[in-house]
Amino acid sequence: MGTDYAITETLDVKGESCPMPVVKAKKAFDGLVEGDVLEVLATDPGAFPDFEAWANRIEAVEILDQIERQNGETVYVNVVRKGADE
Amino acid sequence: MSTDSAAPDVDTEGGATVEEQLEELREELAEVKAEVAPDQKKMTIISTKGTLDMAYPPLILASTAAAFGWDVTVFHTFWGLDILHKEKTKGLKLSAVGNPSLPMPNLLAAIPGMDAMATRMMKSKIKKNQTATIQELIDVCLESGVELQACQMTQDLMDYDEDDFIEGVTTGVGAATAIDHMAEADIQLLV
Repeated sequence: MGTDYAITETLDVKGESCPMPVVKAKKAFDGLVEGDVLEVLATDPGAFPDFEAWANRIEAVEILDQIERQNGETVYVNVVRKGADE
Repeated sequence: MSTDSAAPDVDTEGGATVEEQLEELREELAEVKAEVAPDQKKMTIISTKGTLDMAYPPLILASTAAAFGWDVTVFHTFWGLDILHKEKTKGLKLSAVGNPSLPMPNLLAAIPGMDAMATRMMKSKIKKNQTATIQELIDVCLESGVELQACQMTQDLMDYDEDDFIEGVTTGVGAATAIDHMAEADIQLLV
């Protein structure tokens, strides 16, 4: 997992729980074009496995990075790239 | 299909008859269907319970599957109808009796007011944890193209009118419709 990507859009779903992080990420994804990179900030500890599962099921979703940040609270950052439409 | 002699003589642009154009559209539609259908997964959930806790799983799974790009149908029957009922959906309750996960014996749980108390506790936890509300999940489902259906037979049994349901809900469908969806679905669940 490299860091050589430029973030197109950031989605903040901190505080929200399942299923909203994935549901809102999908909504944001729909507004992006191929090659765009979406960064999703979540506090839901399920966000990493859930985003992996989401990416696993959709060809156009590619996980570039998963970063855990400590900012007083733990923030799980999923960085996903939009690929070619299925 | 031969079109040169039998077709009615309705000429449109380019000389193609209505019948020719129709045939062309049919072919295009078949192509589009063949392109879209095989890849798209389908899920059908039968939702039968109308308590606050049991209203969640079908809607959470449905909204998530929609985020996966799946074709999702939730068929509501018996008390599951209350989830889609404009008024009842606001007052879904948790049952204290027969719920071993609540920290009270059944004898106390049966006292009037205990369901309301358990419901209040649950709702305050939902708010504190910023868990999506049932209303929010219904909105997300409808926005993302989930087909929410209300069973006709139980709708009559419960004296519900089709206007009692939230806008966007499909009313007036029965078991055959549910079976038809389940037969095509990759995942079928009864909740």
